[in-house]
Amino acid sequence: MHHHGEPFEGLGLEPADPLIWAGLDVVVVLLLLAAMCFHTGGLWAARRRSPWPRHRSLLFHLGLICAAGGLLGPVATAAHTSFTAHMLGHLLLGMVAPLLLVLSSPVTLALRALPVQAARGLTRVLRSPGVRVLTHPVVAAVLNAGGLWLLYTTDLFRVMHVSPVAYALVHLHIFVAGYVFTASLIGVDPNPHRASMPVRAAVLILFIAAHSILAKWLYAHPPLGVEPGDGKTGAQLMYYGGDVVDIALLVLLFAGWYSATRPRNRQHDAVTSR
Amino acid sequence: MNTPSSEVLSRRTVLSGVLFGCGIAASMIDLFIFHLALQWHHFYDLSTSEVALTADGFFHAFGWFITVWGLFLLADVRRRAQVHWARWSGAVLTGVGFFQLFDGVVFHKLLGIHQIRYGVNLFVYDLTWIGSAVVLLIIGLLILRRTRPAQVPA
Repeated sequence: MHHHGEPFEGLGLEPADPLIWAGLDVVVVLLLLAAMCFHTGGLWAARRRSPWPRHRSLLFHLGLICAAGGLLGPVATAAHTSFTAHMLGHLLLGMVAPLLLVLSSPVTLALRALPVQAARGLTRVLRSPGVRVLTHPVVAAVLNAGGLWLLYTTDLFRVMHVSPVAYALVHLHIFVAGYVFTASLIGVDPNPHRASMPVRAAVLILFIAAHSILAKWLYAHPPLGVEPGDGKTGAQLMYYGGDVVDIALLVLLFAGWYSATRPRNRQHDAVTSR
Repeated sequence: MNTPSSEVLSRRTVLSGVLFGCGIAASMIDLFIFHLALQWHHFYDLSTSEVALTADGFFHAFGWFITVWGLFLLADVRRRAQVHWARWSGAVLTGVGFFQLFDGVVFHKLLGIHQIRYGVNLFVYDLTWIGSAVVLLIIGLLILRRTRPAQVPA
């Protein structure tokens, strides 16, 4: 019924005008430029305060570069026909870029840069019940992993390649869910409702398990229209590439515990350290 | 809570070693030796039931989790006191032996998630796997016994 290489057969959708796809690229470029401008503006506005750590600025720009790598250029172009390239793009946009951006602590920079009234407004939004629910690790993990299951186990994967609207929404979801999920586990920005270590650890274990189960399931059941060889390579990239980022998340989770539980009794330190 | 007793730190040393030992047996030994170096194990042999696939995913996640947890516990003991390295090493061997035994019996034989190698007489491989696991476990437990902290008279 469905032949390989003709992934859009049977959907009843006509491939969209190339102009719309080009327009989408323009929007992405504008968003990335806006993020850079906000960051530079934030640094300028907070210039009278203690210097902003250079590595945080570096992490921010590296995060944007990874997001750009997933959305524009050769990887994104190849992702329309190659499942492996699609997976590389998703690793960059949904895992690597969110991790780098979370570590750049953009909310802290915004709070330093904004005038007091505006900063209070931002804090109020971050403390609101809606944000509190969305940024709970369990909710964030379900949105993140659930989105992936929907994408790969339904027709959404094929629809996304014909409909620019679906494509934009799927990629927006992958990035935002990736960011919120990462921030809920290892965020360095102030978080008034940070979940306890056992909850965050349990969520991360469940997420790693779900991610690896989905990768192995995809290895055996590639989405319709994907060549079996391409599907297997893509699934292994998802598994091992996901592992690298997941291990980084584990290390950062425990590093947070490690610094939070450091011995505070100085006398005790002096006695026990050599 | 800020100044754990030496008894607590000794128990933490053992916990760290066992977690790390189980963790490297689950994540690193399997990945680096059997998948990548020898290529006896496959990424996924496509014969597995969905239950086994799910169990495999959870073990994969647990493997990495306890590896990292074990190392951070070790770092925590180290910043509070001298690490008893012999005791820690005994705990690591115990952990590796325990996990390999568990893997060899439950995963390979009972659940049949994957085999050690394909297209060979498995009996010799299973015997070597389970036998070496038992030997490691016994050596680890002996070291733990020998390095028990002296009982402080009450």
